[in-house]
Amino acid sequence: MMSKQKITALAGTGAASEAMRQINPDVVAAYPITPQTEIVMKFSEFVGDGKVDTEMIPVESEHSAMSACVGASAAGARTMTATSANGLALMWEIVYIAASQRLPIVMPVVNRALSGPINIHCDHSDTMGTRESGWIQIYCENGQEVYDNVICAIRIAENKKVLLPVMVMQDGFITSHALERVSINEDADVRKFVGEYKPEFPLLDIDKPVTYGPLDLFDYYFEHKRQQSDALTRVPKVIDEVYAEYKKLSGREYRRIETYKADGAELAVIALNSTVGTAKDVVDELREKGVKAGVVFPRMIRPFPGEELGEILSKFKAVAVLDRSESFSSQGGPLFCEVKAALYETNPRPLMMNGIYGLGGREINPEQIMGVFDDLGKAAKAGKIAEKVKYIGVRD
Amino acid sequence: MSEKSWKEIPIGGKILEAGNAREYKTGGWKTFRPEIDRSECINCLFCWLYCPDMAVTHDPVKNETAVNYEYCKGCGICEQVCPKKCIKMVKEER
Ligand code: SF4
Ligand code: SF4
Repeated sequence: MMSKQKITALAGTGAASEAMRQINPDVVAAYPITPQTEIVMKFSEFVGDGKVDTEMIPVESEHSAMSACVGASAAGARTMTATSANGLALMWEIVYIAASQRLPIVMPVVNRALSGPINIHCDHSDTMGTRESGWIQIYCENGQEVYDNVICAIRIAENKKVLLPVMVMQDGFITSHALERVSINEDADVRKFVGEYKPEFPLLDIDKPVTYGPLDLFDYYFEHKRQQSDALTRVPKVIDEVYAEYKKLSGREYRRIETYKADGAELAVIALNSTVGTAKDVVDELREKGVKAGVVFPRMIRPFPGEELGEILSKFKAVAVLDRSESFSSQGGPLFCEVKAALYETNPRPLMMNGIYGLGGREINPEQIMGVFDDLGKAAKAGKIAEKVKYIGVRD
Repeated sequence: MSEKSWKEIPIGGKILEAGNAREYKTGGWKTFRPEIDRSECINCLFCWLYCPDMAVTHDPVKNETAVNYEYCKGCGICEQVCPKKCIKMVKEER
């Protein structure tokens, strides 16, 4: 049955903390960092006011935050934290350990540019760097998506076929600090949806002693990595099931790859997070002018939905991947490289270009995305891309 | 050690039973093995006392001192301390 919805005004950070309040995790260990701070700040108020039963562990760094999360999760607690940029970079070592020990920790991440030079505004360099850590990565266009996906993430992470940690992303300031209309489920319905956490191998179960983190050399390390990649292949089906169940609860529908006016489109832009919204507006405008434009938003970046993305993209004439981070590969941004790799087997293949934009919070406006569609239109006509990697919005 | 496939082992590098270090034999790397000449041995237990790996055993019923080669590292300390000089370090043949 659908949960009674309450419309509230929440910033992206508030949407995450509201989801955390309803989830009522056993342990949250976190350290403040802009622009994530308000997630745990608000959540610690819930703890202080007795609105949740969570054990809140204020630690002295993000390295300690993730370490405490690993300990808590291994002990058998439903565990959450949140971070941004340099905070994520500082917890790097333990981020990998959380995934490799198969601990279903859920972490909202507010995307922010990595230093240096030091910057507090949005880009995706932080989480793009952790693609290889073994975490599931879900990106969100707005506060509503953050709220919904943080709740879904618990079920995805804790699924016995998965048992992997999940990051849920939103854009720093653009989403995290903008008040938006967010529709909230009833507390009791969310509690029921996430259910009681039954940990798989809790350290605190003294009747079944278990060792976490033993030395694992050339004899078994490889096998454990193979298990991790196998678990990730099971994630798409699990996400689909969780999204389907969540739709019944909330009335809101999510897909691992969201598309907007992609049917019959010839030109398409691929983007993540808040830029998807801007691109949709541009597409509306272009469609009115008769340009067959569309948007593709691969919300799930880990595991990467390569095959399905290939199927969708093969129908277009020209595609631009918008990357809000640099990979310094000289081959374009991280998303561009992955999408291109995914397209190798598809036939026919669209023309592909890359737009690197918005680094360090540099604004991306509709005119610039209009310019990208302009380039795509010209490329489709000429049958080739003029400039493979374009830096959008940088002063030349 | 029996080498299992990735499908047969617990996930996440976890070890799901206690006390399993017992199954881990650590005596595989010795170059010389101590051999006790039992006709000379007086069971004084010097070697038992000094062995840094507790690899010397003593059977109180038979009053017999012996080496557990599954854990002996071949350090030769027992040979040095034996008052009867009845321990010989012999090249390990593999
Ligand atoms: S030290 Fe020598 S004599 Fe004494 S128990 Fe050992 S082997 Fe026998
Ligand atoms: S060689 Fe070293 S390890 Fe082996 S029994 Fe003698 S003292 Fe112990």
